[in-house]
Amino acid sequence: MSLISVSSTMLYTAFVLYIIATAFFGATIKAKKNSVSAKIGITLTIIGFAAQLVYFITRWIASGHIPVSNMFEFVTFFGMALVFAFIILYFIYKLTVLGLFALPVAIIVIAYASMFPREIAPLVPSLQSHWLYIHVTTVALGEGILSISFVAGLIYLIRQIDQSVRSKRTTWLEITLFTLFVFIGFSVISVIFNISGYNAEFKYVENEQEVTVAYHMPPLIGPNNGEEITKNAMTPWVELPQWMRGKDAPRKANTIVWSLFTGAIIYLLTRLILRKRVGAALQPLMRKVSPDMLDEISYRSVAIGFPVFTLGGLIFAAIWAQIAWNRFWGWDPKEVWALITWLFYAAFLHLRLSRGWHGEKSAWLSLGGFAIIMFNLVGVNLILAGMHSYAS
Amino acid sequence: MGLDQIRENKKKKKKKRLIFRSIVLILLLVAVAYALLTNLSDKKTTYEAGDSAPDFKLEQINSANNQSSIQLSDLKGKGVMLNFWATYCKPCEKEMPYMQKLYPKYKDKGVEIITVNLDSNKLVVDRFINKFNLTFPVLADRQDQVRELYNIVPIPSTFFIDSKGKIVKKVEGGLTLDKLAGYLQDIEPK
Amino acid sequence: MNNIKCECGHVNPEGTVLCEACGKPIEKNQHIDGNDKKKLLNMRYDGSARRSQTYNKSIIDKIWSFFSSVKVGVWLIVIALVASAIGTIYPQEAYIPSDAPDRDPAVFYEDAYGLPGKIFYQLGFHNLYSSWWYLLIISLIGVSLVICSLDRFVPLHRALKMQKPKRHETFINRQRFYSETENVTDEERETIKQNLKKQRYRVSEQDGHILAEKGRFSRWGPYVNHIGLIIILIAALLRTTPWFYLDEYMWVREGEQKVVPGTNGEYYIKNNNFIMELYDKNDKRFQAALKKKGEDVPSNFQTNATIYKKSGDTVAGAPPKLEKVKDVSIRLNHPAKFGGYTVYQSGYQQNEFKSMTFNLHEKNDPKKVAGTFKVDFGNVKSSYDLGNGYKVNVENYYPEYYLDEEDKIPRSKSKYARFPAFVFSVTAPDRKKPEMSFVGIGKNIDATGKNKYKLGVEKYEPLYASGLPVKRDYTLPIFAIGAIIFMIGVIQGMYWQHRRIWLHPKKDSTLLLAGHTNKNWHGLRRDIEKAISNTSVKIVEDQQELE
Repeated sequence: MSLISVSSTMLYTAFVLYIIATAFFGATIKAKKNSVSAKIGITLTIIGFAAQLVYFITRWIASGHIPVSNMFEFVTFFGMALVFAFIILYFIYKLTVLGLFALPVAIIVIAYASMFPREIAPLVPSLQSHWLYIHVTTVALGEGILSISFVAGLIYLIRQIDQSVRSKRTTWLEITLFTLFVFIGFSVISVIFNISGYNAEFKYVENEQEVTVAYHMPPLIGPNNGEEITKNAMTPWVELPQWMRGKDAPRKANTIVWSLFTGAIIYLLTRLILRKRVGAALQPLMRKVSPDMLDEISYRSVAIGFPVFTLGGLIFAAIWAQIAWNRFWGWDPKEVWALITWLFYAAFLHLRLSRGWHGEKSAWLSLGGFAIIMFNLVGVNLILAGMHSYAS
Repeated sequence: MGLDQIRENKKKKKKKRLIFRSIVLILLLVAVAYALLTNLSDKKTTYEAGDSAPDFKLEQINSANNQSSIQLSDLKGKGVMLNFWATYCKPCEKEMPYMQKLYPKYKDKGVEIITVNLDSNKLVVDRFINKFNLTFPVLADRQDQVRELYNIVPIPSTFFIDSKGKIVKKVEGGLTLDKLAGYLQDIEPK
Repeated sequence: MNNIKCECGHVNPEGTVLCEACGKPIEKNQHIDGNDKKKLLNMRYDGSARRSQTYNKSIIDKIWSFFSSVKVGVWLIVIALVASAIGTIYPQEAYIPSDAPDRDPAVFYEDAYGLPGKIFYQLGFHNLYSSWWYLLIISLIGVSLVICSLDRFVPLHRALKMQKPKRHETFINRQRFYSETENVTDEERETIKQNLKKQRYRVSEQDGHILAEKGRFSRWGPYVNHIGLIIILIAALLRTTPWFYLDEYMWVREGEQKVVPGTNGEYYIKNNNFIMELYDKNDKRFQAALKKKGEDVPSNFQTNATIYKKSGDTVAGAPPKLEKVKDVSIRLNHPAKFGGYTVYQSGYQQNEFKSMTFNLHEKNDPKKVAGTFKVDFGNVKSSYDLGNGYKVNVENYYPEYYLDEEDKIPRSKSKYARFPAFVFSVTAPDRKKPEMSFVGIGKNIDATGKNKYKLGVEKYEPLYASGLPVKRDYTLPIFAIGAIIFMIGVIQGMYWQHRRIWLHPKKDSTLLLAGHTNKNWHGLRRDIEKAISNTSVKIVEDQQELE
C-alpha cells in the first residue's frame, strides 16, 4: 500500500471516528456527570485526531512539503485544528455538550474540503518557504480556537432564547441552524452523486481564455456562455452571472445550490417530524448545561484564540509577505478579511470588557465572528480573487 | 490649608490638565495631518524651475563634435539647454532640426545646447545624427544614470539652465522653433 | 471642593464610583457604572474615577472625552471593518488582472462589473486603502488608542495601589462570587490564608481582613498591547517619509549592468542570467495534479546577479570605479541584501532577443549559403564581414519596428529588441552594386526585386529581463518592536487573570467570602474550593444574573 493511500484511509478513518464520537457525546445529554459515554466520546475524538495526524504526516512525507498548500489541504487542516481546540477546551471545562456541536462543525469542514481537488500538487516558487508552515498552521489553530467560541455561543443561544413565542431572536437562531443543515445537505448530496458517479463537462471563456469545468452534480447552474462537451448532459437551468469568477466557479456555485436544496429538504423534513422550530426542539436537551459556563467558554476561547490568530494571521503573514512579495501588507482580499476578523474580535473584546456585553449579546457576536471566518474560508475564494486563491 | 488655597490648587491642577490635553491633542492632530498629506502628495523628488541643476559627466558620441566628454559644472557661466531624447521618439525627431538651426547662433552668445541620448545602440544614434547633420554634443547615458538623476519620465524633456546653474524652465514634450528661441534667449548670460 | 471623603477616611477624586480604599459605593455616583440598577457592582477599573468623565467644560475637554470613550473606539473599529469589507467586493486598482482587456480603472470596473462596478469606481473604492478618509478612520483609531490609554492608566494604577484588605461590607456582598458562613474560627481563617499562600496568592491582612491577590500584572496587558499598536501606527507614519522607506522597481536585462535605483548611484547590479525551472511532468508525486492542470508549473524563478559598489566620488554619468561586493542568486522567498537594501525577485519578461543569426544565401536556392553572421543586439555593428568577399552592412536598425501610418516610413517604438528589423546592404564578389533588402520578423523585402542574395534568420536567442523591486525599509524594526509588544500585551492580558479573594470577618464571627476576577471564573472557583477545603466555610455562590 502506498503512503498516499495510507494517508487518505487515515483521513477517512478520522472522519468516521468523529461521527461516532459525536453520537457518544449525544448520549451524554441524558447521562450523569462523568458518564462512560463521555469518556468513550473523548477517547474516540482523540483517536480520530491521532488518525488525522497520521494522514497529515504521511501526506507530508509523500509530497515533500507540508500539506497546507492548497484548499483541500488547508481546509482539512482547519478541521483538525478545530478538533484540537475542542480537545483543549474539553479538558479545561469538561463540558460534553461542546463535543456534540464542535465535532459536527469539524466534520462539516472536512467534508467541505473534499469539494476541492485532492491530488498532491507541487509548490509554486512563491509558496516555497518555511513561513508557509508557520503562518498557515498558526492561522488555522487560531481560527480553530475562535470557532469553539461560536460553538459555545450557539449552545448558549439554544439554551437561553425564549422559544415560547416567535421573535427576531428565534428567527436568527433558526437561520444559523439552517446554515448548518445546508452544510449537512452538502455532505449528503456529495455522497449521493459520488456513488452514482455523475460527470458532465462544459467549456467556457473566462478572462479571454477557454477553460473546461467538470461537474459532479447535474448542472443547475451552468457557466456563463458555456458549451456542453459531454453528450446528453442536462441543460443548465440558469447561467452563472459574469461577476462570479475564479477557478471552477460554475461548479462551486452549482454545488452550493444543490447543497441549499438538499439542506432545505432535510430541514423541512426535520421540522415536519419535530413540529416546532429546531432551536425549540434542541432547547430541552440543553437544560442541564450552565449558561454561565457556556458564556465563560465562549469568551475564554476568544481570549485564547485571539492572540494565536493575531500571531499567525497578521504578524507571521506580514513577515512572510515581506520576504516573498517585498511588502508586509498588500491589501489582498484575503489579507483584508484577516484584518476584518481581527478587528471584529477586537471589537468583541472591547464590548465585553468595557461595555459589559455578556451572555446573549456576546453569544450573538461569537456567531458573527465565525461567519466572518467561514466567509474568509469559503467566500473569499469563491467570489473574490486574490493571490491566496491558489488559482493562478 | 484654607479654603482659598484648596480652590487655588484645584485651579492649578485644572489648568495643568488642560495644557496637557491640548499638547497631546495638537501632537495627534499634527501626526494625522502629516499622515494624510504625505499620502496624498507625490513622493518622487523631481527637479523643477528654481532648483539648481545637479551635476553629471557623460561621454560625447557625436563625431561631428570635437569634445570627448562633457561635465555640466564645467559650463558654469554659460546658459545651458539640456535636452533628453531618443531616436525612437517622434517629437524628439521633430525638434532636432530646430535645435540644430539655433545651435551655432546661440553658441556665440554663450548658450550651450547639450543633449542626452537615451538609446542603447550607438549604431542607431550615429545613423540618426548623420541623417539630421547634428553638430551639437550628444551625450550617451547608457546606464540611465542621468535619466535617474533628473527623474525623466516623458521624452523629450528639456531643461533651460542659466549661467549660475539654476533651472529657469523645464519643458516636458516637444518644442516649436519660436518657443525654443524664446527660452534660449531667457538663459543668455547677461 | 469636589473631592469625596469616604467613611473609611480615604479621600477620593471626583467621579469615583467605589471608594478606592474600602470599596464602599459612593452614593451619588452609582449611575456612572450602572450600579444603581444592578445587584452586583461593576468592577471596571475598580470603580475609580476616569478622567474624561469628570470635567466636561472647554472644547479641549470635550474632544478629549469624546476620544476617551470606548464606545467611540468600538464604532471606529466597526466603521473601519465595514469599509475594509466593501473594498474587497471588487479588486483594488493594483489587483486589476494583467490580462484584462482594458486596465484603465475608469473603463475596467464598468466593463467587468457593470453599474455596481461603475459606482464602486466613482466612489473611490478602487483605491480605498490609500484614500484620505480610510486613512482618517485609521488615524482616529490611533487617536482613540492614545487618549483611552492615557485616560485609564492613572485611575487603574491608583485603584490597584490604593486598595486595602479591609473592605466595606456592601463591596463584599455585591461581588459576583460571595458566601456567608456563620461561626468561623480564627484557625479556619488561618488555614484558608495558608492555603491561598500555597496557591501562590499574595496575601495582605488588616485587622483580620484578608485580601489575596494573584496575577495583577495581567491588568496591564491592555495598556501594553495598545502601546504596541501605537508604535505600529507610528512606524506606518514614519514609513511615508522617503528616508525611512524606499521603494523602487527595476528591470535588468541579462548581461546588462545598471545602477540600483534609489541608492544615489552607490550600487550597481549586473544581471548575469535569469533561470526559470519547471516541475518534471513525470515526477510521480505530482503526476496527477500536473496532468489535470495541463500546463507547466514553475518550480523556481532566479536571477543570478553581481552587486557592485562605487568606490570614490564620481559625478553621475562618469564611468564609475566599481568594486565587486558579491555574487547573489535572487529567488522568490530568498531576496538578496546589501548595504541596507533588499532586492527581490518579482517578475520576468521574455519579449526581447539577445541575438539573431542570419545566413546569406542565394535567393533561388536556400541551400547555397554564402556565409552566416550573428547580430548581438547589445552591440549592433555597422558591418559584418562574411569572408570570401561577402559583406553585410547595416544601413539601419529598428529595435521594435513599426511602419508609421503618417509618413509611411519605418520607425522603432523603443530601444528594446522586441521586434527587430534591419535595412541591410549586401556586397558580394559577383555583384557590382550592393543589394539592399529589408529584413524583419516575417518580413523580407527585396528593394529592387532584382537581388541575387537573400538573408534568412537561422536562429535566435531570447533575452530575459528580471523585474527586481528594491527596498530599504528602516521602519521594519519599529514594526517588529510594536508587534512584539502587542503580542506580549495580549498574552499578558489574555492568558493570565487577575484574581482577588476577600475574607471579611464580622464581629459575630460570621465570615464573608468574596471573589473577583476579570476572566475565567471557573478557575477562580477552583482556587476558592481548594482554599476552603477542610474548613466549614461555604463555597461561594455565583450571584450573576445573565441577561
